[in-house]
Amino acid sequence: MVEKQIYLDHNATTPLHPEVQKAMSAALEVFGNPSSLHGFGREAKQLVDGARDNVAHLVGAAPEEIVFVGSGSEANNTVLSILACPAQHCATSGTGRTGIVTTAIEHPCILETAKCLRDRGIPVTFVGVDRHGKVALDDVEAAMTPETALVSVMTANNEIGTVQDIKGIAEVAHRHGALFHTDAVQAVGKIPVEVRELDVDFLTCSAHKIYGPKGVGALYVKKGVPFCPLIRGGHQERGRRAGTENTIGIVGFGKAAEMRAQEMGEEARRLLELKAVLRQGIEERIADVAFNGHPTDCVPNTLNVSFDGVEGETVLLYLDLEGIAVSTGSACASGSLDPSHVLLATGVGPEQAHGSIRISFGRENTMADVAYVLDTLPEVIERTRRMSTAYARRSA
Amino acid sequence: MSQAAAWAYSEKVKDHFMHPRNVLEDPDAYAADGTGVVGNIKCGDEMMVVIRVDGEKGTITDCKWKTYGCASAIASTSVLSEMVKGMPLDEAYRLSPKDIMAELGSLPEHKIHCSVLGDKALRAAINDYYARNGRPEKVVEEEARVVCQCMNVTDREIEDAALEGARTFYELQERTKLGTVCGQCEEEATDLLREYVEKHFGG
Repeated sequence: MVEKQIYLDHNATTPLHPEVQKAMSAALEVFGNPSSLHGFGREAKQLVDGARDNVAHLVGAAPEEIVFVGSGSEANNTVLSILACPAQHCATSGTGRTGIVTTAIEHPCILETAKCLRDRGIPVTFVGVDRHGKVALDDVEAAMTPETALVSVMTANNEIGTVQDIKGIAEVAHRHGALFHTDAVQAVGKIPVEVRELDVDFLTCSAHKIYGPKGVGALYVKKGVPFCPLIRGGHQERGRRAGTENTIGIVGFGKAAEMRAQEMGEEARRLLELKAVLRQGIEERIADVAFNGHPTDCVPNTLNVSFDGVEGETVLLYLDLEGIAVSTGSACASGSLDPSHVLLATGVGPEQAHGSIRISFGRENTMADVAYVLDTLPEVIERTRRMSTAYARRSA
Repeated sequence: MSQAAAWAYSEKVKDHFMHPRNVLEDPDAYAADGTGVVGNIKCGDEMMVVIRVDGEKGTITDCKWKTYGCASAIASTSVLSEMVKGMPLDEAYRLSPKDIMAELGSLPEHKIHCSVLGDKALRAAINDYYARNGRPEKVVEEEARVVCQCMNVTDREIEDAALEGARTFYELQERTKLGTVCGQCEEEATDLLREYVEKHFGG
């Protein structure tokens, strides 16, 4: 095992912020059920409410518009499932519309839920993206029908970092009488995300992407929009998500949101610089590379790059052995050789999609880390290309 | 990070991955007696194996390879290239992923399909040697037909699974891992399964 360990996979998850760790350790002492009326319960409820204030503040919402859930995936499942519900006479059902418009590059928790709903007869349209991963407003416009109940478009993509024109897409959705949801798991805490400014009806965020704990997400539900719980049977979260609150996790989320609000702005400038130096260094040191994603409309921390003639997982594992943790778009490790659906949607060929790695910076990364990557990566790519049938053919 | 978490593969896999043996660096500079290429880049892996043969003894004297593939493909083919040196052609032809696995120690189960390319490419190289040397009668046509390209599952294996009790596509997948990658073979595999069930159990 090499001594050096550089974590460059913050879009997968982040380490706990030291302040978050402190807040959660303190909360371990509090065991009361926030629903209980006695002192033990009130103490817990106070912690949950404090956290709710912080998360609401981070996205510019009112505290009562924040629903704590078990994960970003749960929040996304909730929105899609409730809005596409065909019940006509349900007290919480909306307009009676059921159609969904979403995009080809969403996270699997949106894509698979949408496909499942489609199998149940609900009309679903997947809007494509351009070569930078951008959704065109005209394409959303063209996908709208009088049946469309919900438009769901992610704010920032997890693999390539491309940031969408959420305000513009929300406007299109609303003009057609539909509600608008954005999965902002990869955007909140990295760039300013204000629910009022963007005029979204639902927004998803997650604690563990912003230096909080795993197992806690939040769904913003705009005051007055139709809502129906996915998990029923309790009055927690104002009847919007049953189940006793994960108090310690929620406390961690709240502290993480508070720290993000303080640190995000300066950190974004710093990470942009790290990314620019890394990108330029890769271009100078390694031939036959292509950068994936939008050159400017991108979260500051994410760089996705393809190397001709190499397979991304091989690069990932060689880098891992050198103490550098990155990610690939292709999910070979999970038993599938399918290349990234996101990269394929941007129109790159399967080879470029297979040959991609994602580098996602975080608050602890430094210029020294970038230097180490730039010292290590060229040799790894060179070694992999010497073995490669594809690169031999390419350079022949 | 603990040592155990640091590397999911055996030390031997790691060693062959870090220091792959017998990599074919320049195909043009290598006078191969037989060349085999299998897989394709669209599916995410491709393997080339080249051999030199002592025609009198009928043994493999040298074996090199090149791949566009993952760590498991690299390690398993590296091991294979060492195993076959000096080996009679017939014996080399019969090598299976199981033999390679035995030599290599274990691979994570979901990575085993990555390692079948090496022996497949070796068989293609041996066939190529026979074809080039005027012995087409030695070229063994694969008796079984591959139905699932991704997981390299043949019609034979589907028949075996049917005999062992598989009745649905899902049960077929459980036994053979067929159709678990791109899923394009689902219709064909389901039809074949129905045929074999009819053949053996129909009535």
